[in-house]
Amino acid sequence: MGQGILLSGNADIDFMIHGVFSYELFGQTFWITTTHVCILIVMLVIIGFCIAANRVIKHASEVPGNFQNIVELIVEKLDGMVESAMGKNASKFANYIGTIFIFILISNISGLFGLRPPTADYGVTFPLGVMTFAIIHFNKFKHQKVSGVIKGLCDPWVFWAPINIIGDLAVPISLSLRLFANVLSGTVMMALVYGLLKWIAIIWPAALHVYFDLFSGAIQTYVFCMLTMTYVSDAIGDD
Amino acid sequence: MEFNTNFILGCSAIGAGLAVIAGIGPGVGQGIAAGHAAAAVGRNPGASSEIRSMMLLGQAVAETTGLYGLLIAMLLLFVKPLVP
Repeated sequence: MGQGILLSGNADIDFMIHGVFSYELFGQTFWITTTHVCILIVMLVIIGFCIAANRVIKHASEVPGNFQNIVELIVEKLDGMVESAMGKNASKFANYIGTIFIFILISNISGLFGLRPPTADYGVTFPLGVMTFAIIHFNKFKHQKVSGVIKGLCDPWVFWAPINIIGDLAVPISLSLRLFANVLSGTVMMALVYGLLKWIAIIWPAALHVYFDLFSGAIQTYVFCMLTMTYVSDAIGDD
Repeated sequence: MEFNTNFILGCSAIGAGLAVIAGIGPGVGQGIAAGHAAAAVGRNPGASSEIRSMMLLGQAVAETTGLYGLLIAMLLLFVKPLVP
């Protein structure tokens, strides 16, 4: 129990966050955990891909090669997804939605490559939810003005305001908990299979990986981005 | 009466098992969503791709309540908040 603040579990079944090393700052002990390491690896992969894509698009040819085709396909699909959900506001939010989509997708899939998915840590998904919350309310105040926001809070009746405020605050929590719990459940399942059935866990866990890492991860990424877009378009309204 | 740690751990395990019963609700809900999606595709096969994405979105949202139960179970089993 040297790592007191971190969760401890059975030695065989290992899906917990581990501390890699700690340092002291202002009298507090900070831990660099496996989440930080995995998120760094994910970021390096994305940055490497971005540099390669940038180089290929700078020297784009009339007849696209393989890699240029893939990059164009990704951008086209992401733009199409944002376009279908947000309509005329799509151009302003396509960058943000595309960024979080790629980040969450690569994070969820990283379980396939032996990393602990960074999104299976509530410290990663909660900031994502808070970012969504900030964007929703920034756009609400920008497009509906203060009077519109107050009118929206007192929607059916003045005394409904506390309930509406609780409903607003529940949005980032439910968004982040949904992503976190889904990825965590996949991680726990795979850890149980590899920990308890390690003598017969040959080849067939690949099917579980396809479901828990690829399918579930992709669906949750899509759901997170779709809900973000729906909430933001609701906040913008139809002025 | 003095309760020892093992007794609290055992009760936590029972509580975790009870918390996972929350999985019944999302199961029924997802089944209903899938059934209605199948009926919709039968009525209008041309819209199958839109129906599929809408069904997956609704099912993923319906799944949340079950996952809350799972979270409670995980907290009881691994974070052990009740053990002094």
